[in-house]
Amino acid sequence: MAIIVDEKTKVVVQGITGNQGSFHARQMLAYGSRVVAGVSPGKGGQELDGIPVYDTVEEAVERRGANASVIFVPARFAKDAALEAISAGVSVVVIITERIPLHDAIYIMAYAREKGVTVIGPNTFGIISPGKCKIGIMPHQIYAPGPVGIAARSGTLSYEVAAALTGAGFGQSTVVGLGGDRVVGQRFVDVLKKFEQDPETKGVVLVGEIGGSAEEEAAEYVKGMTKPVVAYLAGKAAPPGKRMGHAGAIIERGRGTFESKVKALEGAGVRVASVPWEVASLVKEVLGQTIESEQR
Amino acid sequence: MKLYEYLAKDIMSKFGIPVPRGSAADDPAEVERIAASIGGEVVVKAQALVGGRGKAGGIKFASSPAEAREIAEGMLGSELKGVKVEKVLIEEKLKIDKEVYVGIAVDTRKARPVLIASGSGGMEIEEVPEKEIVRRLIEPPWGLEAFMGREITRRLGLNGPVGGKVADIIMKLYHVFTRCDAELTEINPLVISDGNVVAADARLNVDDDALYRHPELPRVEEGTPTELRVKSMGLSYVELDGDIAVMANGAGMAMATLDVLQRYGGRPANFLDAGGGASVEPMAEAIGILLSTKPKAILVNIFGGITRCDDVARALIKVKETVGFPVPVVIRLVGTNEEEGVSLLRQHGFEAYRTMDEATRAVVEAAGRANPWQ
Repeated sequence: MAIIVDEKTKVVVQGITGNQGSFHARQMLAYGSRVVAGVSPGKGGQELDGIPVYDTVEEAVERRGANASVIFVPARFAKDAALEAISAGVSVVVIITERIPLHDAIYIMAYAREKGVTVIGPNTFGIISPGKCKIGIMPHQIYAPGPVGIAARSGTLSYEVAAALTGAGFGQSTVVGLGGDRVVGQRFVDVLKKFEQDPETKGVVLVGEIGGSAEEEAAEYVKGMTKPVVAYLAGKAAPPGKRMGHAGAIIERGRGTFESKVKALEGAGVRVASVPWEVASLVKEVLGQTIESEQR
Repeated sequence: MKLYEYLAKDIMSKFGIPVPRGSAADDPAEVERIAASIGGEVVVKAQALVGGRGKAGGIKFASSPAEAREIAEGMLGSELKGVKVEKVLIEEKLKIDKEVYVGIAVDTRKARPVLIASGSGGMEIEEVPEKEIVRRLIEPPWGLEAFMGREITRRLGLNGPVGGKVADIIMKLYHVFTRCDAELTEINPLVISDGNVVAADARLNVDDDALYRHPELPRVEEGTPTELRVKSMGLSYVELDGDIAVMANGAGMAMATLDVLQRYGGRPANFLDAGGGASVEPMAEAIGILLSTKPKAILVNIFGGITRCDDVARALIKVKETVGFPVPVVIRLVGTNEEEGVSLLRQHGFEAYRTMDEATRAVVEAAGRANPWQ
């Protein structure tokens, strides 16, 4: 088991003939993901390393049974691409593209809700269930299969945390990049619910940051969870009113502060690491016994 | 992008929202002329992108054109909450019978726009008690309908012709929100004055990522010269007040680097996200800009995913061979093509750390030594 994507996931890459799309399609294929098709309007009939390219997602679904899409198209075409994927009937849409207009993201999420589609991103590194399926741009050598679920708002910081966990012998069930934008398809609480239900996941790590209220919402849900949660939050040193790289990483009018998030999470029993590499030792503390007792 | 009040009002006015008679100026003589043409008492408002302008002395009333000029002379070129005032807005003074707040923002949790209104106009909405705030989520793609404006208006306790006018302005504000790709638009206060309803103050923040499709909108740049320069390269940069310059890849990683630096007693000079997959040239240019801010030391923290360690090494070598490093540069380099990157660095006299912990401690120590710029 894993959440959202696994060995049954069949991926269509939208924007497969572009630089990013072709590079990462090959990387995903090399990792063992079932990349069954690519889409690039006007380029149907081509092939990329044996992956057939179509003009529409509809065709990729009909002919190749694609059930997940990953979007690499430029920001101004991303709304159309996402709506196309949702309309074509895939169940998961991963939007790697950054700098998508906020109103476009709202529109995409509205259609996804109506169709019951899980959107990951925008502005995400993707999602990976190690050993089963990788959809995204992450350096996959840092992951290993295992019992820890990770949900993160930022890419590189989550790589740092995942690599530390793998190094300490804790593999991952699924790692979900929520995306750095303000409006994203999956928030911490959505992913926590899925990890709570997933038998393979024994504990969860949240990699959060300043801005918004996703961590505070997560804290509310954690109170009723059976699985332990560890977190690391970035942005303690960030000044208010400044956008720290991500559209969503900004303390606006006194809201979304580091202190508010730490207080909420700690109040819910979450162990909050003071530096990124401390996550591994906290996971060891909260999971060590669970795992040993199961191995006996 | 935050628009100045006078620009926001100009746009709202084009959408049919009544605004006070007035005009903006950057010259005291012009201010006097505008005040004279308005006639009677006027208000002079400093145009600065800061909250709480009134309390900070950025809004003053004048009973004559000469007094308006005097006020403008004091405001223009002065600093309001650390921001230089380059323009003032001169408007008729409104007789205030009642003030309300109306705004449209994005509820990121619900992924929908939300209409917010309150009977306590003039106060920052954050300071209004929650029970006095009326909210209505707007369901995309249908959007806001006229009846919703009427319902909100009723909940504010307004009725009759005035209620009708407020409801109409709410609809128009929604058009401003959608057609300008706004992140936030507010009228605070919306003033009821002798049966008329007028937007006495206006806020319009446009989504930066949607600016490409709004050539019709004015452009307002906010930031220091260095911030604007780095922004034009497509990178995220925020100036801070410390002395250790920082470059990291990824927003979260860059934030975490500042946090760890501070934890070890260092003072970061900036936030710089070199991006997920920056190539040699822009990285070298970014490091050059960091040097131009005259830090005591530089910390480069890279966890290579798409960013290749050998590219990072080449960027550093390029800077060393062109402008040179007058200050210590501490490098943490791991990930994709790490071995190649580290060996390139060694050949050019750099050392690289493997962990963020070691590198951060080392750079704090290096910055504690003599300042090479003195």
